[in-house]
Amino acid sequence: MMTNPTGKITQGQFSFLPELTDAEIRLQVDYGLGKGYAWSIEYTDDPHPRNTYWEMFGMPMFDLQDAAGVLMELASCRKTFPHHYIRLMAFDSTRGVESIAMSFIVNRPENEPGFGLLRQEVRGRSMHYSVHGYASDQPEGNRY
Amino acid sequence: MNQPDKAFSTEVTDLTADARKRYTAGVLKYRQMGYWQPDYQPVETDTICLFRITPQEGVDPVEAAAAVAGESSTATWTVVWTDRLTACDSYRAKAYRVKEVPGTPGQYFAWVAYDIILFEEGSIANITASLIGNVFGFKPLKAIRLEDIRVPVALVKTFKGPPTGLVVERERLDKFGRPLLGATTKPKLGLSARNYGRVIYEGLKGGLDFMKDDENINSQPFMHWRDRFLYVMDAVNKASAVTGEVKGSFLNVTGATMEDIYERAEFAQELGSVVIMLDLVIGWPAIQSMANWARKHDMIVHMHRAGHSTYTRQKNHGVSFRVIAKWLRLAGVDHLHTGTAVGKLEGDPMTVQGYYNVCRDSYTQQDLPRGLFFDQDWADLKKVMPVASGGIHAGQMHQLIDLFGDDVILQFGGGTIGHPAGIQAGAVANRVALETIIKARNEGCDIKNEGPEILQKAAQSCTPLKQALETWKDVTFNYASTDTSDFATTPSVA
Repeated sequence: MMTNPTGKITQGQFSFLPELTDAEIRLQVDYGLGKGYAWSIEYTDDPHPRNTYWEMFGMPMFDLQDAAGVLMELASCRKTFPHHYIRLMAFDSTRGVESIAMSFIVNRPENEPGFGLLRQEVRGRSMHYSVHGYASDQPEGNRY
Repeated sequence: MNQPDKAFSTEVTDLTADARKRYTAGVLKYRQMGYWQPDYQPVETDTICLFRITPQEGVDPVEAAAAVAGESSTATWTVVWTDRLTACDSYRAKAYRVKEVPGTPGQYFAWVAYDIILFEEGSIANITASLIGNVFGFKPLKAIRLEDIRVPVALVKTFKGPPTGLVVERERLDKFGRPLLGATTKPKLGLSARNYGRVIYEGLKGGLDFMKDDENINSQPFMHWRDRFLYVMDAVNKASAVTGEVKGSFLNVTGATMEDIYERAEFAQELGSVVIMLDLVIGWPAIQSMANWARKHDMIVHMHRAGHSTYTRQKNHGVSFRVIAKWLRLAGVDHLHTGTAVGKLEGDPMTVQGYYNVCRDSYTQQDLPRGLFFDQDWADLKKVMPVASGGIHAGQMHQLIDLFGDDVILQFGGGTIGHPAGIQAGAVANRVALETIIKARNEGCDIKNEGPEILQKAAQSCTPLKQALETWKDVTFNYASTDTSDFATTPSVA
């Protein structure tokens, strides 16, 4: 269990709130669709803060108009990876943005052991730091 | 507004057509020398400035406008024959329109166009030396203020702009779809480096994305800069580990000399900081140098606008902050303090929104109630992340998000560290308030009006938020602003 006030990894837009229900997720998806974003589902068992590339659960759903489709895909992802971290990401293709506009976690392992801080003492009182996931020493697929 | 106004321009003959008369030794009126051209149509490559001028008693406003054009470009007080060695027609700035300021007798708006040859490419120092140089001390004017500027695309493209930009910053930090949260470490002065790092750790662990040095913390007897950087980076990295999130702290690298500034920035980078901080008082060339340094070192530059109110706040004299914001975007900063509208520091809400537009727009539209006099094409220049900081608290979250949207850093210094249950609790209160309001807005709630209820409801299951709302429930800074639009009444935010 992590010692921060939430007890869990705090990445994404809504980590300090109670886990979103499917009905609540749907409202967020609708908001993104209204803005013209394309939704994508990503999962990982290596949630290191600088692990940028989680695995894609299929391509971003560019032509999808109905939030039900996203929730169906999410249900399928949860079924395949029940103990992984899963996040929804919305892509905005507007010129001058062309990046991610929304991102929030929608599935977590029951137990989140978190990360340790490795300190390497170097020149003077300087330190080199490394964030190391306690679960990441296990092979892929066996971490949570 | 788009037609040249000739109401003030009938009396004095422009002598530029007759070179012999124009260059006879002696003193001419500026408007006779070619600095007043009411028929001039600005071209795409012109820089256009809008000045607010207050002529001395008896000084004709058109002559005053022509003088501003003259003194900010080629003129001196007397005719010089050496003009005739040059293509002087193109070097003269041209005042081409003068209008009374609505409802403000004695003040006039003057539009002045500058040819692109007048400015060195990519140099804010050069632009400012012309536009706000000698002319601001010119005796026939009681006061003069540079209200707005249209920078032509051709000149915009000579600047590299923000080293990182708000889009890439979000990608680096892995934070999307919500404002970023910060806090300035308090007290501003006196903490030892070790105690200072404690505040950083508590704030970041509690849920903030950033902590921040204050503008006047550099390297004082109680806390040498190296000590601060070492302890702060220990706190930042530890907080990153216990939350699983990228965290940062704005290390103020401002120093007495460029050598000091480079040395401090390099140490910040060595320690793995994602961001450094500069105070506006270091000056334009130093800012542009550090922008270059930051590009080379993958660093975000946080700009604290320390000192700006000395020349931005009074409406009749100085430089509007919207102009400073434009220059800073060109010069290259990633974060810029642009006001809160609801907090303790000067700022009328619509005027402040105008500054935010200047930082974040791809194309800024003319918007007089927000103080924006010109369309400004930013030519795909990166965007600056505005920072709202100063006297704000969790109970205002709905107002802040309603006013400023997602792309802003909300900084609660006292509003985090002053929480009755401690710094972590203060951070939790702010993060929960933020996520609650974003979620509600996306769900379609009218956060402007329902915000207080939405926050109260969230507070039922979040004690730190409940305590924050209770502690600061009556705190507002509802004073009249000195710098407001001339074209709309100011809405209250009370």
